[in-house]
Amino acid sequence: MTTSNTANELDRRLLMDRSVPGRTAVTLPPSDVPEQDMPQESLLRDDLPLPEVSQLEVIRYFSLLSQLNFSIDTNFYPLGSCTMKYNPKLNDAMASLPGFAGIHPNQPSDQVQGAVQLMHELQELLGDLTGLPGVSLAPLAGAQGEYAGLLIARAYHASRNDSARTVALIPDSAHGTNPASAAMAGLEVVTVPSASDGNVDVNALRDLADERTAVFMLTLPSTLGLFEPSILEITQIVHDAGGLVYADGANLNALLGIAKLGDLGFDICHSNLHKTFSTPHGGGGPGSGPVMVTDELAKFLPEPVATRNGDSYTLSEPESSIGKINGFHGSFGILVRAYTYIRAMGRDGLKSAAENAIINANYIQSQLKDSFDLAADRYCMHETVLSASRQKKRGVKGLDIAKRLLDHGIHAPTMYFPLIVDEALMVEPTETESKETLDHFIEVMRQIDDEITSDPETVQTAPHTLPVTRLDEAAAARKPYLRWQG
Amino acid sequence: MVHTVDHSAEPTSGSSSQHPYVPATDDDRAEMLSAIGVDRFEELIQDIPEHTRFPQLGIAEAAPELSLSADIAAMAARNVTPGDYACFLGAGAYRHFIPSTVNAILQRGEFVTAYTPYQPEAAQGTLQTGFEFQSAICQIFDMEVANAGMYDGPTAFAEAALMACRITRRNKVAVLDTADSRLVEVLRAYSVHQNIEIQTITPDAAVSDDIACIAFQSPNLYGVLEDVGGLTGRAHAAGALSIVHANPTAHGLFEPPGKYGVDIVTAEGQPLGVPLSFGGAYVGLFACRQEHIRQLPGRIIGRTTDTEGRTGYALTLQTREQHIRRERATSNICTSTQLIGLMVAVYVATLGKQGLKDVANLCYQKAHYAASEIAEIPGFSLPVEGTFFHEFALTCPRPVSEVNAALLEKGIIGGYDISDRIPDTMLICVTEMNSRAEIDKLVAALAEIGGAA
Repeated sequence: MTTSNTANELDRRLLMDRSVPGRTAVTLPPSDVPEQDMPQESLLRDDLPLPEVSQLEVIRYFSLLSQLNFSIDTNFYPLGSCTMKYNPKLNDAMASLPGFAGIHPNQPSDQVQGAVQLMHELQELLGDLTGLPGVSLAPLAGAQGEYAGLLIARAYHASRNDSARTVALIPDSAHGTNPASAAMAGLEVVTVPSASDGNVDVNALRDLADERTAVFMLTLPSTLGLFEPSILEITQIVHDAGGLVYADGANLNALLGIAKLGDLGFDICHSNLHKTFSTPHGGGGPGSGPVMVTDELAKFLPEPVATRNGDSYTLSEPESSIGKINGFHGSFGILVRAYTYIRAMGRDGLKSAAENAIINANYIQSQLKDSFDLAADRYCMHETVLSASRQKKRGVKGLDIAKRLLDHGIHAPTMYFPLIVDEALMVEPTETESKETLDHFIEVMRQIDDEITSDPETVQTAPHTLPVTRLDEAAAARKPYLRWQG
Repeated sequence: MVHTVDHSAEPTSGSSSQHPYVPATDDDRAEMLSAIGVDRFEELIQDIPEHTRFPQLGIAEAAPELSLSADIAAMAARNVTPGDYACFLGAGAYRHFIPSTVNAILQRGEFVTAYTPYQPEAAQGTLQTGFEFQSAICQIFDMEVANAGMYDGPTAFAEAALMACRITRRNKVAVLDTADSRLVEVLRAYSVHQNIEIQTITPDAAVSDDIACIAFQSPNLYGVLEDVGGLTGRAHAAGALSIVHANPTAHGLFEPPGKYGVDIVTAEGQPLGVPLSFGGAYVGLFACRQEHIRQLPGRIIGRTTDTEGRTGYALTLQTREQHIRRERATSNICTSTQLIGLMVAVYVATLGKQGLKDVANLCYQKAHYAASEIAEIPGFSLPVEGTFFHEFALTCPRPVSEVNAALLEKGIIGGYDISDRIPDTMLICVTEMNSRAEIDKLVAALAEIGGAA
């Protein structure tokens, strides 16, 4: 990250504006086959408006752009709910092996036994970690995993001639993808309120769960970073009403080796491999969101599922599959990374990841609770939700604090989520950060809190040291400017 | 002299207690627990029902990098890998030259390990790159706007059909039967509970005037260009939209869909600099007309200014999205598959105007050379008429599975089996990666295999 104040001079011109006719960054060899007849002229394109730049310009342009980013490799990135843990380089190296990166998705299983074996082993590992043994690696992101899970729930009810179940119960603290996925699956969303302690309001759930309930979607630990103490009662209530219980696995990092979702009564879950299993976030994808289910539901999984017969592995379609939810077999390159990570961590390493993530979050919470309100004043799991409500009374918003952190080289926490917390700042340090980094963050947060009294304007107008100051997002939406214009 | 290293030994307890990815030492933990005010870690997780805590795991102990990388490399080596073998597979994923610039930029951890640019001031690199991506997609397809990327081609196609239903407030989707059936299967999974009817139509069939769109693939499953202008005209006459699922490489050579007034273009972005990687991660391309931007699914990056008047970029039109609109969002998607979009952006910048034309031309020349040579072999025929780009259907004198098995023995990965569409027929794809020597080897092998029929 460039923190010197040279942004004014920084050359931000787009590639098309750097283009000089005749320049090129690569050459292709001439054709080595006899010249073929071209199709009729009217089908052919006469102009292709793409940049013409040298190879150095390509490299320098994108390299300089990369330096405008915060990233895990360069900054502490305590973005709650996103599990911004270290992304081991070995993962990338394994995914780049020619035998993985070079194989074609239309090759039959017998040609790609190594790849299908890896998928099968990853299914087993994820099934073991979640206690839900039926696994499909097909979903390309958490939201697609949710959608697949909801299709499975609907297919299950339909198979029992119980199709009147068209309601998804979703807590008010849920990620936005939960209701969006439920709507895509044709389910009516009914919101379950949270109690004042941040837990699911169990009495409200008992009233809402009925013969129309298809599924209850619950994030565990919750988006408040809390474990539901009544979880066994909750899953029992939904099951008694004939519904299924879905776990949004966004926060699975807190449970590795600590508890299995299947043991807690969940029927279906997804896991975001780009969170819990250290695959890179990539600036916003690609993700991967495998879906895990009970044995009873395995026949509904999306295709493909890797199966084993002796030493031979095959990609196949489950008996009553909900079908194909994307082009091929899932984000294979991401699957290789997650598999590498799980084996590198091992049984005890995964458990220590969860333990240290929980300790780190509680440590931050304990050191900041005098300066900031807490969404819930009790031990948290892997993340803590602070509230800047006290600071708001002094004229500074959570947003301002988040922006001021950037000036200190620390990425902002997740802001204004969950929606039920006033001025929420959701902090997830992860297990891969050292105590020294946490202490620095704590010190900076206290410093900003002091600054709100001594010099509020500096906080309100932050950031001051980045390539740009606050952007006019309202203007961007009002007059969309979405592509290069010559 | 060869030294053998014994990887089988379990690490000693000293080395296993401190994992390279987890910095906290026992002392750090003790200090933090004390600051928290507890004696033991277990006190922090009292909310978890006691009998479910610390379950047994069947997972092995941690594997150190040295032995783990050897293990995984051995798995990779078990695969039959294009490059070692001549490869003529296409059908939705294509083997193309990837210039060295793409992997060089992909090594930048600042891109790889950032997250969605919710804090635009700290993510201008990701955002400007995404804006370059959107610009490149618009320019290749001659479309007005593009989003920042979808999961893959087929999900982009499905989302396009749903978008057409929202725009027209109709619920019938007409899909040409020349499209890859996987596009239709994904559309079915995406629309199954949305009261949407999928009609499969032939290219010359009459369409009713209550359809939301005519959706088709061009080049189609058989590699052949559809009459994009004619189909678009028929869609518009019915008050419907036209959706074309395109191949971006083809438009280095052929007229872009925008030229024909197409409303929505989707495509698999993989051909633009993304490795085959057994089918993912890829990126779906999605472009449309300006008037429809508020119905677009996915992330969109817009250009704006900061408080000092400097140009900057930010996610925009977010009120369409799930984190704001929840169950009323245009889609549940919350990724732009940004990293793959970065690869596309670097690829397009590197190839540029001349390079993409050259790649398209090489594909065309080599595929047509292969087709004309194979068509001469007794027993083989090209069953589909029309102008094709870099793929063509080939009917064989023996079942495709037998032909492909025989080809594999000769070091050739044969074509994609479409015998469910046309008996004994495969789809042969030829790109700039296939040398004349490889093509000639394929032709000779097919002649031999055909002769044995």
